Amino acid sequence: MTQPMQPPEDVAIVAFAQTPSYACFNDSEPAMIMPCVNSVIEQTGMDRHDIDFTIAGSCDYLSGLPFAFVMNIDAVGAWPPVYESHVEMDGAWALFEGFVRLQSGDIDTVLVSGSGKCSPGSYREGFSLQTDPYVHAPIGLDPRTQAGFQAQALIAAGKATERDFAEVVARSHANAKANPYAQLSGDLLVGDLLAEPYLQQPLRRHDCPPTSDGAGAMIIARADKARELCDNPVWIRAIDHRIESHHPTLRDLTDSPSVRLAAERVGLHHGPVDVAELTVTYSPEEIILREALGLDEATSVNPSGGPLTGSPFMAVGLTRVIELARAIANGDGGRGVAHASSGPALQQNLLCVLEGDS
Amino acid sequence: MAPRPCAVLGIGQTKYRRRRDDVTLDGLVREAALGALEDAGAGFDDIDAIVLGKAPDALEGVMMPLLSLCDALGAVGKPIHRVHTAGSVGASTAISAVNLVESGMYDTVLTIAYEKQSEGNATWALSGGKSGGQGAGGTFAPWIRNYIARSKAPEHIGWMVAVKDRLNALKNPFAHLHLPDISVEKVRESPMLWDPLHFLESCPSSDGAAAMVLGNDDIAKKSGRPPAWVISHAKRTEFGQFPGRDTVRPQAGVECSEALYRKAGITNPREQIDCAELYVPFSWYEPMWLEGHLIAEEGEGWKMTDAGHTELGGSFPVNMSGGVLSSNPIGASGMIRCLEAANQVRGTAGEYQVPGAKISIGHAYGGAAQYYAMWMVSSELNPEL
Repeated sequence: MTQPMQPPEDVAIVAFAQTPSYACFNDSEPAMIMPCVNSVIEQTGMDRHDIDFTIAGSCDYLSGLPFAFVMNIDAVGAWPPVYESHVEMDGAWALFEGFVRLQSGDIDTVLVSGSGKCSPGSYREGFSLQTDPYVHAPIGLDPRTQAGFQAQALIAAGKATERDFAEVVARSHANAKANPYAQLSGDLLVGDLLAEPYLQQPLRRHDCPPTSDGAGAMIIARADKARELCDNPVWIRAIDHRIESHHPTLRDLTDSPSVRLAAERVGLHHGPVDVAELTVTYSPEEIILREALGLDEATSVNPSGGPLTGSPFMAVGLTRVIELARAIANGDGGRGVAHASSGPALQQNLLCVLEGDS
Repeated sequence: MAPRPCAVLGIGQTKYRRRRDDVTLDGLVREAALGALEDAGAGFDDIDAIVLGKAPDALEGVMMPLLSLCDALGAVGKPIHRVHTAGSVGASTAISAVNLVESGMYDTVLTIAYEKQSEGNATWALSGGKSGGQGAGGTFAPWIRNYIARSKAPEHIGWMVAVKDRLNALKNPFAHLHLPDISVEKVRESPMLWDPLHFLESCPSSDGAAAMVLGNDDIAKKSGRPPAWVISHAKRTEFGQFPGRDTVRPQAGVECSEALYRKAGITNPREQIDCAELYVPFSWYEPMWLEGHLIAEEGEGWKMTDAGHTELGGSFPVNMSGGVLSSNPIGASGMIRCLEAANQVRGTAGEYQVPGAKISIGHAYGGAAQYYAMWMVSSELNPEL
């Protein structure tokens, strides 16, 4: 059993903001990020020049432009010059690096953002370039196809049925009715969903995420500063992330050993798990994640509706952390876990444990 | 708590070449990673986390390549993340890896950066994905002209840097360009690419990867390898264009070096630092960065070059390894500057060793000369300045 990590410094989320999940945001990516950044700065009452470090997550390929991330600094403001960095990953990994950076104890505040616009491009064509360039990418092995393999593996192993997938979808859409940021929501009947045609057997349209544009941002701070900036900080107790092989055939697609390992490292079950915000990009993933995380009925899973109801890639993982922080700040739970994922079929997974201010 | 001390304990580099047709991307990064592990006396099992860096994904057409390279890097079951800060990325990646060690949460970290330019079209990508673009040289040439006008530097300074760095490269077995018959005349007579930059004043297109094993003070003690202590690091970013921007001496570069020196207690960089690996993809950037990073007074940088102070054996050697002008696997070039600075203070720089080097800096810049990442390494954790 891996020992849970003990981050040396207490770090809290002191402000967070997100855009709605847009089917198509008719303006530039910086224009999407800027309201989030302005909002978190306003919430803390800080002067933007007092933020010690800024880190963003985004992906050039979504914009179809090398160095697309350079434009995003317009949303942060970089004059006078700023101490800043960028990960070519979901904003949740920007949060990871920001959290780690605060552990050194020599700075107090980090502004984290994540953003992505899926609407301008072809998600299936673009994301097939995530696979290895010599064997998989030339045959167009796209994420939906790999999600289909995963779903089929679950069914073949007797771990889930298409009805289980439909139930995930129905619950996600029902939960999203209360989420003003969701792109899709409503009351769906499992029987109706199962009557829909296959998009890619065994996946139906509703088992897959919508195309979304969106952004999110937060400010995190070390303990003393967090208390100064916020009356109700949400504490980040641990963050860990792990990856699995890129060869689908080397993996048990019905399980997620990387999630199990990360769960041990963040000490997930060293306290109650009231809420879990999971990056369920395809409905079968929720079944795998619930099992790997060891969640039972005591945990409310994706009360926001999750990515099946709005999936702005590169912001979607950070948005899980934001949704969880909101739930905890609102008193909908005392402790919970947010999950972000990268790569096809849950290849890489990040867990972040948040706890209320008690 | 205070940042946990962090040292470079292992260095690995591939041979840099126009084309590394003998390896896949996986093979390329693994070659550098294994080299760094061997140098550190470590194996993949000793690594707690991996930090990967490279320039835009579009250079090779592989999206978020950490996903397909994780097996080759021994990352399965571990944390691996990817940094992208344009041309400064190699140094930014090294600094992100230092942050992991300094946090106290990770004892031993592998960091790696690469580019395989032969598998893509860099000039297309560096032109923002537009065909027929001006390339990086086209962006920088007018600023270089501006520097020449401001500093009244004679035209031969650029040629001198081009010759000096290629002569240094002859001592570095990993360097891409080995041009034994390089001369000022040859540089001057080579074709003009972007006035005032001749062909031989420009960096090559290279394939290659560079890696380092970083560890905390306990790991450093146990490893028995010569450490290069990372005694300071800094990053700064500014907008690429706005009215009144000084593109010759960008403020972000000035502030980055100020932060770097302040943290290490350096008050006179010219005297207290022994040598530097600066990101000089076009010859004129040597004097521009000597000034822009406060090693020389404004207008005085070219005089250091002209007097031979920046040569191996000079009073302030710059780019002892041959620099970006001799090897340019773009995403790795910044990391190479950092690890070559480490080589100097570890005493492992071979034929291009600066005798007794105790403090050295590695530097990279990127975008429209708007991203800066620098680190300072020393043979001692608390060097006497």
